[in-house]
Amino acid sequence: MTTTVYIPRDSGALALGADRIAKAIEKEIAARGLDARIVRNGSRGLYWLEPMVEVETLNGRMAYGPVKPADVASLLDAGLLEGGTHRLSLGPTEEIPFFARQTRLTFARCGIIDPVSLDDYRAHGGLKGLENALKLQPAQIVAQVTESGLRGRGGAGFPTGIKWKTVLDTDNPRKYIVCNADEGDSGTFADRMIMEGDPFVLIEGMIIAGIATGATKGYIYLRSEYPHAIATMNEAIAVARKAGVIGESVLDSAYAFDLEVRVGAGAYVCGEETALLESLEGRRGIVRAKPPLPAHKGLFGKPTVINNVISLASVPIIMDQGAAFYRDFGMGRSRGTIPIQIAGNVRHGGLFETAFGLTLGELVDEIGGGTATGRPVKAVQVGGPLGAYFPRELFDTPFDYEAFAAKDGLIGHAGIVVFDDSVDMLKQARFAMEFCAVESCGKCTPCRIGSTRGVELADRIAANIEPEKQIAVLTDLCNTMKFGSLCALGGFTPYPVMSALTHFPEDFRPVPVREAAE
Amino acid sequence: MEMQTAGTNKRADIAARAIEIIDQNKSAEGPLLPILHGLQEEFGYVPPETLPLVANALNLSRAEVHGVFTFYHDYRSHPAGRHVLRICRAEACQSMGGDALAERAVELLGIDWSETSADGAVTLEPVYCLGLCACAPAAMLDGEMIGRLDDEQLQEIATEVRL
Repeated sequence: MTTTVYIPRDSGALALGADRIAKAIEKEIAARGLDARIVRNGSRGLYWLEPMVEVETLNGRMAYGPVKPADVASLLDAGLLEGGTHRLSLGPTEEIPFFARQTRLTFARCGIIDPVSLDDYRAHGGLKGLENALKLQPAQIVAQVTESGLRGRGGAGFPTGIKWKTVLDTDNPRKYIVCNADEGDSGTFADRMIMEGDPFVLIEGMIIAGIATGATKGYIYLRSEYPHAIATMNEAIAVARKAGVIGESVLDSAYAFDLEVRVGAGAYVCGEETALLESLEGRRGIVRAKPPLPAHKGLFGKPTVINNVISLASVPIIMDQGAAFYRDFGMGRSRGTIPIQIAGNVRHGGLFETAFGLTLGELVDEIGGGTATGRPVKAVQVGGPLGAYFPRELFDTPFDYEAFAAKDGLIGHAGIVVFDDSVDMLKQARFAMEFCAVESCGKCTPCRIGSTRGVELADRIAANIEPEKQIAVLTDLCNTMKFGSLCALGGFTPYPVMSALTHFPEDFRPVPVREAAE
Repeated sequence: MEMQTAGTNKRADIAARAIEIIDQNKSAEGPLLPILHGLQEEFGYVPPETLPLVANALNLSRAEVHGVFTFYHDYRSHPAGRHVLRICRAEACQSMGGDALAERAVELLGIDWSETSADGAVTLEPVYCLGLCACAPAAMLDGEMIGRLDDEQLQEIATEVRL
């Protein structure tokens, strides 16, 4: 019997040498005349163990990692293909605590299947959601999604079903489904992982969105910094088209749906939905004023559903298992599961999908295992460059949209970046302003000018020039940016700045003695 | 005289190839970005003399095309070096000592950000997130992802790109 060895093709695994491992294992298999094949899967999301090699055994999949090229010969000597014991043995993959504690709904297949094998996808429950959706009226699909409580996973947390209903209710022969795959927030990689590890689930989600709202064309706006995700999505789309999953007739139904990938060009602001639409239309990524909402006048002025990758990729499981199944996970108004990305200076960095409700402390200390450097955690930034910095005192905050908002923070795309005690929070605040200045589309004044003034203020504080006065101006400036900006770039940059200032005031007041000593 | 002819021929070649790329993408919805990507992929940069061709084909003003071209960080108006090293400068990489490593890269390569070395060997660019935040600091060398970048690896890269 041919044994299957899994070696990820995920960017993170590749960045740590997965291709070299695959070549070395292939060579050893050939040299030893063994009966085995290699499948390049997605990542399980346990990045401190990547490249993680798995082997299919009678007792399930066994994991080994992190594997270096020099380990390969000894791995095979130890009986890798039979799940033999080795220094790098991790045991059955699904019993690794970081993995066992998760609730994988959206990421159910990620890291398990061959990402571009439609047969694998079907064998692991794929396309069941779409098959169910095809038996329903569009309004019934929308009702299911609404009932599931799914909210936009891109950051805004807007109920997905309501967005879809708005588009369904418009009367227009041309409508679009646009997938926002411009995952530019540092600390986030869930979109990348699912596109590289289970692209069909996104395709299925987009088809369901199309059927539910009457759209026949979809675009995935994918950032250029993700070349592997682009390649895998394109490969999967070609497979889906050939198999009749997309095209003139979706699975031999009366519905047509086709989609294509469009590659971004390195502008962070294009993650903002209206800037993204401008970019797709071939213009500068300048934010549009709302209203009109994209649901009414979106891409090329047509009614458009624009959703994040994870929102769309969560739809198939909802349509497969039912709205109640999904809704029963979570807390308060945050229903279902969320793939949390634990990143930065952390021991166990990776993707952790779980129901809403775990506290920040549990995520950072227990699941993340504290810092990689072994120093104390000083701050964690949640929600990307526009998210707030949380001090340890707020680690009891549960992972929930409303709970984070109540602490002047945001979940955003659910990325957590951990910093140890060597971080200078004034520097981080300055970086937030600088990033905003570089990436501002320039349309509104608070963002365009405010961010530059913010950098200057931070520099003056650092130089100890009337710090109290600068802090007062900075606070006022943040207020103006928060309420006066057109979109989240200028509007949310105050989150990292003000949270740094509020929770770490000592970093904003350089010790005069230190200055004098220099 | 011969050199002048060679130059003219090269310009004509660029224009001919550019028109092919424009024609391949022209009928798509919102074709401008795909065309600019196509040009950059073909030539390694977007030759400025091709922008009027794009404008003409899409019935846009040259100012509009110039505006789009200059808005996006990815598009280059000059050829890059033989190697392109992009180092992530975003928060997750900062938390793992990315700033110091980035400064070290500037020092080792002897060029500043967005510059190409005089020998044409390497271009150094900042990038804001490669999605490798759980194995920071991250970089990309000629399209190849690098995680947990350290000083030793950076020195190797600095040597390699000069070969």
